[in-house]
Amino acid sequence: MAKMSEPTGSGVPQPRGRWPLAITILGPLALTALLVVLFIAVGPLGVLRDGIPPVEELAVTRITLLPDEFLLDIVNDGPDPVTIAQVLVNDAYWQFKIDPGKTIPRLGKAQVRIRYPWEPGSAQHVTFLTSTGVTVPVEIPVATPTPRPTPRFLGMFAMLGVYVGVIPVFLGILWLPFLKRITPGTYQFFLALTVGLLVFLGFDALVESLEAAEKTPGIYRGVGLAIVGLLGTFLILSAIGQRAKSSAAGRGDEDSQRLMLAYSIAFGIGVHNLGEGLAIGGAYAAGEMTLGALLVLGFMIHNVTEGVAIVAPVARGEVALRHLAGLGLLAGAPTILGTWTGAFSFSAIWAVLFLAVGAGAVLQVVFTITRSMIRSSATPLFSTGNVAGFLCGLGVMYATGFLAAA
Amino acid sequence: MFLFCQGALPLAQDHSTHQLPPDARRHSHESAGLGTVGQPAPGGNIDLTTYLTAWNFSNLPQGEREKFYRETSLGNGKVLREYRFYMVNKEIEIAPGVVFPAWTYNGQVPGPTIRATMGDRIRIRFLNQGDRPHTIHFHGFHPEEMDGSDPSQFVLPGEEFVYEFDADPVGVHLYHCHSLPLTQHIHKGLYGVYIVDPKVPRPPARELIMMMNGFDTNFDEENEIYAVNTFAFYYVHHPIQVRKDELVRIYLVNILEFDMINSFHVHAHFFNEYRTGTLSVPNNYTDTVALAQAERSILEMRFRYPGHFMFHAHKTEFAEKGWHGMFEVKD
Repeated sequence: MAKMSEPTGSGVPQPRGRWPLAITILGPLALTALLVVLFIAVGPLGVLRDGIPPVEELAVTRITLLPDEFLLDIVNDGPDPVTIAQVLVNDAYWQFKIDPGKTIPRLGKAQVRIRYPWEPGSAQHVTFLTSTGVTVPVEIPVATPTPRPTPRFLGMFAMLGVYVGVIPVFLGILWLPFLKRITPGTYQFFLALTVGLLVFLGFDALVESLEAAEKTPGIYRGVGLAIVGLLGTFLILSAIGQRAKSSAAGRGDEDSQRLMLAYSIAFGIGVHNLGEGLAIGGAYAAGEMTLGALLVLGFMIHNVTEGVAIVAPVARGEVALRHLAGLGLLAGAPTILGTWTGAFSFSAIWAVLFLAVGAGAVLQVVFTITRSMIRSSATPLFSTGNVAGFLCGLGVMYATGFLAAA
Repeated sequence: MFLFCQGALPLAQDHSTHQLPPDARRHSHESAGLGTVGQPAPGGNIDLTTYLTAWNFSNLPQGEREKFYRETSLGNGKVLREYRFYMVNKEIEIAPGVVFPAWTYNGQVPGPTIRATMGDRIRIRFLNQGDRPHTIHFHGFHPEEMDGSDPSQFVLPGEEFVYEFDADPVGVHLYHCHSLPLTQHIHKGLYGVYIVDPKVPRPPARELIMMMNGFDTNFDEENEIYAVNTFAFYYVHHPIQVRKDELVRIYLVNILEFDMINSFHVHAHFFNEYRTGTLSVPNNYTDTVALAQAERSILEMRFRYPGHFMFHAHKTEFAEKGWHGMFEVKD
């Protein structure tokens, strides 16, 4: 890496200019502020807006179903204030209360409360009618009471997280003795298989993140957030890995390098599993119990393979039992947090971020393993074994993914 | 983690309204249930209780009325009835807080009711103060040049036209704009009731004018608001006052766009239906009638019981979207 030149010595030319440093920094800022002020004061905005009706947009951030009552949290994600004049429930005007008031300023939030004798298991349609007659439809595909964070429900969802995340990952880790025994060639195959698993997971998470981004209110810039989450995680983990590698290399400690890689994988998978937890909890919260049950079974089987991915890098060296426990928990336990969050306060914007962070972490690990395979392997990267292993990894994920795709 | 895990807190549920006596509950705007929230804003349209019983600008004070309506005897018991109509764009309120950019005759939706006796001469000076061509097209006998439907008969912005014809036939009729596109010109609010009385007057009665209409507020070619006389649920909150056993005569017209058919149903009572009001014998003794667009009927009934009785479209979707009212029958 090229070293940054530091202007310290007398031989280095001093930066110079006619203007003081502060002005060179603040000048453009001040001019930008002036531009904004002038544009608002005398710019063409008035002409552009003349005679054009206001743009009214509303997004629902959360729907809570209580017995005989809907609560809808909404945000005005359009450019103009919106006044909710009336509310339709299932094509009938219905009494409602709105807090703090009927007029919601740009980026403002409000909660609409509707007493309505909804029937569990049915679809419900709520429509907001604004003061200008614009309608904003909201669909509740399957109406079921929103679970409340009582100890019983928290416990139930924690158990769900344990079944889906923690136990399967540890089952996968149990393949460690097998991985230790195999020949270097076979090991290489499993390493490639791990890369295949992770590539699949990474892209899967990225696509889901972008899908969730489409469901978020426009002002949250979901796709932008996904990109920040993806690249931010990738780069931060790379920088951490670099530092850890430098210090470990200084001590000549290969085991700790491998362990670092394993923890990176576990972290990436952990964030990924947080996303799975969100999906399961969210399905229950949305009343899609059948979907939730299928997701649980699917993720359970799917997640066993994640254990293999975590321990593959450490299989060549020694690894303490406590590290194995730590790796398993780091990868599996976030599922519990995910189910809680998904069930009790599902907001698509968190799903966007978590899934993108998971994708970034997993793809960073793919990058690290692939780079080490290029550098250290006796066999070329695209050997038959490597390619077969990689494709097997993809195939396993694809096949087990069917179980989770309801 | 719990930063974003804001589980809904238990909320105190207010069941108090369920313990109120039925009458108190009916008048309570706090109770959860069908209907809109809020009250009509003053000046959002003509007063709709007044509209029920106003014709030939009888709702205006005498001095004001003369500017819009004048009667002159022509002999033979015939009367020349002269009207001033103007078309103006106006935002009207169609439900509490919901504003509709209407096209109106004389600033009201429905337009002013025209009422004459069979054979009277009707002369309407129409000024178009809008920003596009408009007309008035009457249902009833008239010569070709008074039809207001051919593009050559469209009254251009700022121009005037005088419609003149004899009141004929007896019955309840309607008028509406016939400019193009027709659907838009009607549904934006350019319509009103036109009544022709027989020479031998109908028996005295409590007479009520009801125009069944609707509004597409979001340009999806479907109505978001349904009503009788424009404002959703208006007569639920302002029940129509009638007396037990008195003859009630309803001039009912359907102008609804986008939907095939509209209907009228009254609770707990039956009425005689005179379709189009052209014949003196009833066509039907019933509690529900269905009307296609521009179909109309005279309904005659006597309330047998005091109390509150609903009337509404028996296409229940329309009823729950605003076409729903209440009679208050007093001893």
